[in-house]
Amino acid sequence: MDCVSTGGNVKVLAKAIHSLSRIGEELYLEPMEDGRYQAPPDQAFHCKMPIKSVQAVFRSLSSLERSVEKCRIQMNSEKSRLTITLHCKHGLLKTHNLSFQDCESLQAVFDKESRGNVLQAQPRLWVDTVLHFPPSLEEVCVSVSGERVWLKNHVEDDADPSRAMMTELCLSSEEFDHFAISSQNSITFCLKELRGLLTFAESSGLPVSMYFDDPGSPVVLSVSDSVLEANFVLATLSEDSHQHSHSNSKAERCKAQPPPDDFMSDDMDSYLIAMETSELAVPSYEPAPHPCSTNHRARLSSTRQEEEEEEEEELLDRPPSKKFCSLFFGSVLPASTQLTSQTTRSQEVLASDSEDEGEKE
Amino acid sequence: MLLQVFALLGSMPLSTQSQSESDEYILVASLDNARNLSNILKAISFKDHAIFNATQNGLKVTVEDSKCLQANAFIQADIFQEFTIRQDVIGFQVNLTVLLDCLTIFGGSTVPGVSTALRMCYIGYGYPLTLFLEEAGVVTVCKINTQEPEEPLDFDFCSTNVTNKVILQSDSLKEAFSELDMTSEVLQLTMSPSHPYFRLSTFGNSGNAHYDYPKDSDMMELFQCTKTQKNRYKMSLLKPSTKALGLSCKVSVRTDSRGFLSLQYLVRNDDGQICFVEYYCCPDEEVDEE
Repeated sequence: MDCVSTGGNVKVLAKAIHSLSRIGEELYLEPMEDGRYQAPPDQAFHCKMPIKSVQAVFRSLSSLERSVEKCRIQMNSEKSRLTITLHCKHGLLKTHNLSFQDCESLQAVFDKESRGNVLQAQPRLWVDTVLHFPPSLEEVCVSVSGERVWLKNHVEDDADPSRAMMTELCLSSEEFDHFAISSQNSITFCLKELRGLLTFAESSGLPVSMYFDDPGSPVVLSVSDSVLEANFVLATLSEDSHQHSHSNSKAERCKAQPPPDDFMSDDMDSYLIAMETSELAVPSYEPAPHPCSTNHRARLSSTRQEEEEEEEEELLDRPPSKKFCSLFFGSVLPASTQLTSQTTRSQEVLASDSEDEGEKE
Repeated sequence: MLLQVFALLGSMPLSTQSQSESDEYILVASLDNARNLSNILKAISFKDHAIFNATQNGLKVTVEDSKCLQANAFIQADIFQEFTIRQDVIGFQVNLTVLLDCLTIFGGSTVPGVSTALRMCYIGYGYPLTLFLEEAGVVTVCKINTQEPEEPLDFDFCSTNVTNKVILQSDSLKEAFSELDMTSEVLQLTMSPSHPYFRLSTFGNSGNAHYDYPKDSDMMELFQCTKTQKNRYKMSLLKPSTKALGLSCKVSVRTDSRGFLSLQYLVRNDDGQICFVEYYCCPDEEVDEE
């Protein structure tokens, strides 16, 4: 393989590498037949290497922008060597010879077009939404129904509900460039990977699309334009196959239930008042005692660029299914009391007064 | 105790010392801006101890490492507002870290128009080095113990023995040095009248890297290579030179027939005056010349 990238594209390539480095530790490279690759048909080799080695070549984005005119990438399968040559201003030539390991080709098995639910929005929307979650948050839950999308943080089942902070955001379908929902649904996946993609998408200014189905099947986050396509395929937490035995909670069992459309008027105050005084169905999941089958591994697929092909592999070993807590905006219910239907309960809005450390339930 | 510090408040210009005191000093060096000394000393401060050597021409400060590396900073007499010396040669050794701490005792902030004034005095053998530092009316007196100066290494590097020499603008080398693969134990320098002309190479955990500067690059101010030479130097020894590189605008790189390396940096201080810093380094191993 021998390919060349020039000018601003080198920075895009570097950003892609940095973005991928937030996902996993190894980078897989695979030249493809289409595009402008020069991979001889008989050379069906693929390589993987520690992503840190490649990242070091593109370490400083500002210096790349300032001085790199051309970037050439050559793959030598006999010597298991990847050569990246940066042609810089003033005639300076930087050559990096990185060794790689041969490996099997990775291909994620997915078809994003067949997904029942598609959301597409400018990266700014996603970034602004994700900003509300603490940096340490691992997983986020996205629920859709009708004309709304909710994002909330996913809380571990063993977390102390009285100490957990719940954050929930609701977005109207109008905020999205494209909003196609086939059924009410709710998926949970790793926020870290989403953030990694958003860093890349924001700098490229390309809209981000989310394709998903039921919980358990992968969600595909996608960014594309005429010269590149990035697909991040992530595992989602699967639904519990077994129902919980002490099942007083009927309706809330497996499917997400959207809150009533009190957001119609976008009046936060009236919504909060309504929450405190009435019985409302809220998005909730029934905890189940049996860990279901471990989530499957999702393979991420390629980020294709003008002349560069990379594949990354994500091995997501999620712990078995977790208990989901019922959530209100700003308030928390202890898991044990989720059993009954959500009729009148006194709830205190824990998150209302951030200054007061001594909140109690 | 290595150091005694006295702080005096109120306006007391440094020049108001008793005449008899001044007569005792064999060396007096004054600067309106102590940074003109401290900045250049920071470029060689990779070890605690420094050998000071003062002559009519000015001050030379030497720092060495492992008998393989030597760094020298030259501050000519005319950089100082006052430079009085009463012996041909004066030599002593002090703790460079302590000296730098004293020179920057007022915090080293760069508020325009405000600088630390320095008056450095030495009575002679066995006496401490006395520093009078003043900023905004506050005076601090520091007395730093001196030691018997060690004899600096003589690398026997003479210009007649130089095989290859280039002079580069520092900016291009700065980028390369900041990106050097630190997992490489050595930095290999190739200088040749033919391709690759001037090349820095590293051999790290993930692979090797080469930085090539062609002889006709506009960053190359002088290119005089007579013979192809490849020499390796310990990365740990050369990495500290990055500080001097950062301060400089030009650097001359020379190797002699033994493979010894001389790096000379042209540094402009705050007032635009020129000072020099040089590094000498022994090669790590013999590499067969091609």
